[in-house]
Amino acid sequence: MKRRVVITGIGAVTPLGVGARPLHERWAAGECGIVDGVGACSEFEPTEYLSVKEVRRLDRFSQLAVVAAAEALGQAGWTPEPPYDPIRAGCVISTGIGGIHTIESQHDVMRERGAKMISPLGIPQFMPNAAAAAVSMKHGLRGQTYGVVSACSGGAHAIGSALRMIQYGDADAVVAGGSEAALTAFGLASFMTMQALSPTGISRPFDARRDGFVMGEGAGILVLEEASAAEARGATVLGEVAGYGSTSDAYHLTAPEPSGGPAARAIELALADAGLEVGEIDYVNAHGTSTQLNDAAETAALKRALGTEQAKRIPISSTKSTVGHTLGAAGAVEAVATVETLRTRVIPPTLGYEVPDPELDLDFVPGEARPLILSNGHPPTAISNSFAFGGHNVTLVLRGPQ
Amino acid sequence: MPAVTSQQVESRVVEALASFGPEPEQITRESTFEELDIDSLDLVELAQIVEDEYGVVLKGEDMKDLQTVGDAIDLIVSKAEA
Repeated sequence: MKRRVVITGIGAVTPLGVGARPLHERWAAGECGIVDGVGACSEFEPTEYLSVKEVRRLDRFSQLAVVAAAEALGQAGWTPEPPYDPIRAGCVISTGIGGIHTIESQHDVMRERGAKMISPLGIPQFMPNAAAAAVSMKHGLRGQTYGVVSACSGGAHAIGSALRMIQYGDADAVVAGGSEAALTAFGLASFMTMQALSPTGISRPFDARRDGFVMGEGAGILVLEEASAAEARGATVLGEVAGYGSTSDAYHLTAPEPSGGPAARAIELALADAGLEVGEIDYVNAHGTSTQLNDAAETAALKRALGTEQAKRIPISSTKSTVGHTLGAAGAVEAVATVETLRTRVIPPTLGYEVPDPELDLDFVPGEARPLILSNGHPPTAISNSFAFGGHNVTLVLRGPQ
Repeated sequence: MPAVTSQQVESRVVEALASFGPEPEQITRESTFEELDIDSLDLVELAQIVEDEYGVVLKGEDMKDLQTVGDAIDLIVSKAEA
C-alpha cells in the first residue's frame, strides 16, 4: 500500500529573487528575470544568508540550494530541529553540472601556481552531491541523502525519488529539489556551440520564432512528508506530490524523440501513479524550453498522453519564459512554481509567446496570468514535465489544497 | 632564508585562519582549532599557505596533534629554523 506524500514547505532562489513567493508573484505579474540573454540570480547576495565559512566552503550551486532549503524548512517548521527521527529524514538534490565555478577556479590555480596549490576544499565543493550533503549537514538529516544527475530532468527525478522513498516507507520525510549555477563563460559557450542556446537571447517557449533556450541559474527545494505524519504534527499542507512517471527515449543524445511517444508514457505513468484521470488535470507546467525540437515534441507528447481534445482544454505555461532554463534545478524550480500556482489559483503566462506556431495548437496562456478554473470539485491538479539531454522524461503530478 | 620571527608567523597564521571563518578577535595563541571550528581541511589550506610563504612543508602527520593556534605557530617557526 503506497503512502500519500504532502508538501509542507517550499523554497526557491531564482532570477526573480530569493523566495518561492516572488518566483510565482513576479512571474504572474509578467516580469521576466532574463537580462542580456541570461537568467542570473542577481538579487542573491550569499553573505546575507550564509556565514563566512559557509560561503567559502560551498560552490554557488550549493549556496543556492542551502538558502532555498532554509526557506522551505523554515516554512515547514523544521527549524531548529527536524520534527522526525533524523534517520527517517532524507535529502535528495539534483544538479546538472555541479560545482563548475570551483572546477574552473581550481583549474586556474593549478595552471598558474601548480598542482600542489589546488584547494583541499575543491572536491567537496564541486562534487555533484555537495548541495545534498550541505543541506543534510546543516539541518541534521540523517536518512538517505544523495545527489541526482540527469541533466535537465534532475530536479524532477529528485522529487520523484523522494516521493518513492516516502511512498514505500524508506523515509517519513525528504527534503528534495535541484540546484544549478553554471553561468560561467565556459558553461555558456559549451551550450552555445552545440546550438542549444538562443542566439537572440529570448526565451519564448512554443512561439513560432523560438530559437533556443536561455540559460538560467537557481534552486528549488520542497519539504515532503508522509501525509498522516504531517497531519499528526499539525503541519500546514501546501499541496501533494500525487504521482511520478519516468521513461527514456533511447533515441538520441540531445534531440527528443519527435513523436513524443516515450515522453507521453511518462505522463501516463505519472497519472496512473496518482490514480487520476486526464479530466482532473487543471494545468500543465511545461518543460517548454524555447527550442524548436523540445517544444514540438512536448506538444506531441501532451496530445498523445492526454488526447487532443483534453490537451487543448488545459492551460499550459512554461516557467522558462521568465527565469530561463535552470538545467538540473528546472524540474524543482518549476514544481515550486506549480505548487504556488495551485495554492493561489493564479496561472502565470508563457511570457514572450506572441506568434503561434501552427503545429503547436494548444493553449499556452499568452499575454497575462489568468485564474485557475477547476474542472470539477476535486483539489486543483497539475502535471509538471521535465525532459533532458540523454533522453530522460519525467512527469510529476502535483495537487494543491482543496 | 631570512630568519622568520614568531610574530611574523603569528600574524600570517591569524590572517589565514580569519579568512576561513572565525572572527579575528576570537583568534589567540591559546584558542583551540575546535573552538574556532577549524577542521582538517582548513589545516591543509593553512599548510599550503605556510609552504608558499615560508617554504615550510607541513605534512598530515605533523599536524594531527595540533590543538591550539600557538601549537601551529611554534611548529612552523621550529621548522623554518631547522
